Amino acid sequence: MSTDTSGAIDGVTLYDVDNPAPVIEPPRKRTKKTPKGGGTNFEMIAWLFMRLSGIVLVVLVIGHLLIQLVLDGGVSKIGFAFVAGRWASPWWQTWDLVMLWLAMLHGANGLRTVINDYAERDNTRFWLKMLLYTATVFTILLGTLVIFTFDPNIS
Amino acid sequence: MATPVMDKAQATATADYITATFRIRRFNPEESDAVIWEDFQITIDPKERVLDALHKIKWDTDGTLTFRRSCAHGICGSDAMRINGRNRLACKTLIKDINPDKPITVEPIKGLTVLKDLVVDMEPFFQAFRDVMPFLVTEGNEPTRERLQSAEDRERFDDTTKCILCAACTSSCPVFWNDGQYFGPAAIVNAHRFIFDSRDEAGEQRLEILNDKDGVWRCRTTFNCTDACPRGIEVTKAIQEVKRALITRRF
Ligand code: HEM
Ligand code: FES
Repeated sequence: MSTDTSGAIDGVTLYDVDNPAPVIEPPRKRTKKTPKGGGTNFEMIAWLFMRLSGIVLVVLVIGHLLIQLVLDGGVSKIGFAFVAGRWASPWWQTWDLVMLWLAMLHGANGLRTVINDYAERDNTRFWLKMLLYTATVFTILLGTLVIFTFDPNIS
Repeated sequence: MATPVMDKAQATATADYITATFRIRRFNPEESDAVIWEDFQITIDPKERVLDALHKIKWDTDGTLTFRRSCAHGICGSDAMRINGRNRLACKTLIKDINPDKPITVEPIKGLTVLKDLVVDMEPFFQAFRDVMPFLVTEGNEPTRERLQSAEDRERFDDTTKCILCAACTSSCPVFWNDGQYFGPAAIVNAHRFIFDSRDEAGEQRLEILNDKDGVWRCRTTFNCTDACPRGIEVTKAIQEVKRALITRRF
């Protein structure tokens, strides 16, 4: 059994005479982009947001699943009229709006960390994130638009 | 002339020896850039350790087998390696405890550059360690006697004083495997050791260092580090305590 270890990343050859083994860029290289510190930062806010939104999502999502799938006849009751009835009330409009935003931002940030952790090339990482952000913005905007402009009398 | 007594003594000494296969990941950059798995079959007492098996292979079978060890008793932290897919110290792993009926795989720890066989470049690991300032920082004049501390204050960071810098935790962390930029559990443990030391005065500075984009917030709480630690340090808990300190000291 032999494994090829010559996986060049980002077009840089990993081997030369002085570096016979794959080179790992030394960590902690201080660059211009290295944060100088000073209170909070984005990663901390993102980490906090995951916990806080998670707590709120437990209530919103379980409530949502109960109403949609379990109570009062389960899935069979869902139809245009059911949705129209619920979105007539500002309470459920707000519920769904908050759930949409929190779940999308929570899921998107979760996938952002997954991409950061698993993408091997900078290029792959960049484009996967662009795809993620585009999909997130599109879904949030479309969902918000529908919740606010829903017309129960559409023919 | 054979002496029956000695024969008998030898026979009993080798009675419970077993034949075990060690499947070792070999890499020699002077020969090839390819990695190969090589099987070594040896006869050994299963109550011996993996380190003894490696010695036996190196001394009796293949002198080119390269690995680090110094103290051979779980104190110096030289011989962390991936044994049957888990990070352990070869000198603290008994062969009988890792099912010698099947081939035992031995690989270098992951996420650091392999230099040869089981030897990796530890420099990135030590750089992250240095970056958290792992030394006592105080202000003012040097005191004329020891810096006293209550038993409770000492207890606060007792767990994280046990680190031997073997890199088993950091090289078991999937976040570290990705690009090696994450500080890693070991550096955070060693920062914890001083952040929660009542005598130290640079806790805030160390917290700020770990508030980095590649600092504590990259931890995904997988607990690999806690499982890997040969000293039984609750590594993940220490990381969480640093996160909590960062949040509670700021809000
Ligand atoms: C129902 C209540 C929920 C709770 C309590 C919750 C909690 C959490 C927490 C605390 C994390 C952070 C994990 C870490 O950083 O180590 C996380 C990650 C994540 N969440 Fe949620 N979440 C919930 C719902 C959702 C929903 C509805 C989605 C999808 C839209 C989602 C998608 C994700 C993703 C993709 C991650 C990243 C996975 C990872 O980091 O391993 N979560 N969640
Ligand atoms: S050889 Fe020193 S820790 Fe194992």
